[in-house]
Amino acid sequence: MQKPRIRWHIALFLAPAVLIYTSVMIFPLFNTLRLALFQEVDQERVYVGLENFRTLFFDPIWSEQFWNALGNNFWFFLVHMLVQNPIGIALAALLSHPRLRFAALYRSAIFIPTILSFVIVGFAWKLILSPIWGIAPSMLDAVGLKSLFAPWLGKEEYALTTLALISVWQFVGIPMMLIYAALLSIPEEMLEAGEIDGVTGMAAFWKIKLPLILPSIGIISILTFVGNFNAFDLIYASQGALAGPDFSTDILGTFMYRTFFGFQLQLGDPHMGSAIAGAMFAIILVGVCLYLFGIQTRMRRYQL
Amino acid sequence: MKSKFMLAALAGTALVATSALAEDVTLTVESWRNDDLTLWQDKIIPAFEAAHPGIKVKFTPSAPTEYNAVLNSKLDAGSAGDLITCRPFDASLALYEAGHLAALDDMDAMSNFSDVAKSAWQTDDGSASFCVPMASVIHGFIYNKEAFEELGLEVPATEDEFFAALEKIKEDGTYIPMAMGTNDQWEAATMGYNNIGPNYWKGEEGRKALLAGEQKLTDEQWVAPFETLAKWADYLGDGYEAQTYPDSQNLFTLGRAAIYPAGSWEISGFNTQADFEMGAFKAPVKSAGDTCYISDHTDIGIGMNASTEHPEAAKAFLTWVASPEFADIFGNALPGFFPLSNAPVELDDPLAKEFVSWRGECESTIRSTYQILSRGTPNLENETWGASAAAIKGTETPEALGAKLQSGLETWYEPQQ
Repeated sequence: MQKPRIRWHIALFLAPAVLIYTSVMIFPLFNTLRLALFQEVDQERVYVGLENFRTLFFDPIWSEQFWNALGNNFWFFLVHMLVQNPIGIALAALLSHPRLRFAALYRSAIFIPTILSFVIVGFAWKLILSPIWGIAPSMLDAVGLKSLFAPWLGKEEYALTTLALISVWQFVGIPMMLIYAALLSIPEEMLEAGEIDGVTGMAAFWKIKLPLILPSIGIISILTFVGNFNAFDLIYASQGALAGPDFSTDILGTFMYRTFFGFQLQLGDPHMGSAIAGAMFAIILVGVCLYLFGIQTRMRRYQL
Repeated sequence: MKSKFMLAALAGTALVATSALAEDVTLTVESWRNDDLTLWQDKIIPAFEAAHPGIKVKFTPSAPTEYNAVLNSKLDAGSAGDLITCRPFDASLALYEAGHLAALDDMDAMSNFSDVAKSAWQTDDGSASFCVPMASVIHGFIYNKEAFEELGLEVPATEDEFFAALEKIKEDGTYIPMAMGTNDQWEAATMGYNNIGPNYWKGEEGRKALLAGEQKLTDEQWVAPFETLAKWADYLGDGYEAQTYPDSQNLFTLGRAAIYPAGSWEISGFNTQADFEMGAFKAPVKSAGDTCYISDHTDIGIGMNASTEHPEAAKAFLTWVASPEFADIFGNALPGFFPLSNAPVELDDPLAKEFVSWRGECESTIRSTYQILSRGTPNLENETWGASAAAIKGTETPEALGAKLQSGLETWYEPQQ
């Protein structure tokens, strides 16, 4: 019997991607996790096991900040799920309407903020909402609603929601595009068949289109989840590393950054910072697994 | 044949060139002050080199935010410069403890500096100094002179006069009484709490007592500044909660606000931005005639890399930095960064002169949270930012804020336990 030939070309073709990905992603990831198991004592790195995680979760000073950041992170995610994704779906449904004019123009206009840098978005919105130079107060004034204006980014109760909505404004183009693509792939015959059975208008959307785009919505949800729990840039660009006012916009990303690199007089602590990064990784991993095994596998798919 | 000769000639000149260089010692200065590059190249270095033939100086700054990290890795790799610009307090203390900065106590020139000036670059017990103090920044209030004249206001000296003036500006309505926001938080602590605070806790006396554990942040003198800050809210502009530091600077220099709680580092920027005359007044005292205290915060020092190859030349440079000549050049080139040596310096900038004149009338102190107290977690300085902003916004009572800061400090600082 002939020995099966080792197919070297597979390894060869995989090698560049595997090597690069390992050196810039996988190795740093595990090295960060390893770093979380150490602490610096008298200028020397000592192995402390899970001590850093114990501090993070059970020391009142650390845990208060951690739960605050995690709670804020969930709120940030919730706002995206409740506002960004439904609006994205609605926009996609409107855009895919066959009789809509200038659809391409709207599509580009709504998608453009997505390609802007966080720093530009954060800065632009900070200026728009500025109580001193911003156009928001004068626009509200023009319609007689000045009393509704508040320095939103400076108030503990509004700041996080405001930032979440800014982020929604920036990224609403992504669910819109994905859903739009999914809607376009629905064959015309299917809708016509529905029409014959008397399913038209809104009913056609709810009964035919929505079940067909459900897998896309699932993917968008998981992308939103991963993106939001890794978020950092917008908060850092607009509120700084202290995520003011009074930590009301502090999310895991800013908390990790502040701890890892230090801030003002606070010296950086790479070990505690890695512990936070490890916790973030675990949260995202659990979330993604829950989705993949809990929802994705049970989702009904239709052969189009 | 000809080419061989050329080669020999080239080699000869190269040899001559290197031997000429070998006679000169070149010192490299590490710094985060890349804003000062021209000042060093045009004024400081020529002045030093003229007085010290045989020593050349190279100023090699890096970006302020990267400085600490860059310096640390250079020191670990042994490639750092001979002279190191020192951040105040713990960042430099850590370098000294790691053996990167040399002790400078045997330098006679260190006696040109007061204890407060040296405190930023000493071990906790004050037994060893490792950087020569270069400059400090002084806190106070800058005001729009034209606005004050227009409204017939006197420069306030006491707290009552201060609030009366603010009230009058507010009633008139032309100007925002005071330009400050709480969005960035640090202004509330640095230009608020640590600006007016020393008058309450009696400067060094209170700060030392806090370090020794004899006073607590819940004591009257540490809580009262928060009570005063809470009264500021009425006089800040609309929506001050979302007003950032550059917003405040612009409001003032555009002439829309009358008073700006300041640090002296603003002087050169304001001089170019504002087209009206400015004056300055120090933090108001409780009642007329009280001893005044100012925050004269040590900010920049310079030390010697412990593993430098030219310790003698480096010490010569440091001795010169401690001299009145350097103080004169530095103080006048950077109005608002005040030399720390005891020798009097004649400044040209009127606003800077006003700030520095308070040193003669008042007791100097440094920001209360900087020495030792911001070493642990939670970090007292960062906590004070949040607390000062909360005091102004009125989201928490002054007593609750004092209690919060104290309980945070108690968790790690032994003398307070």
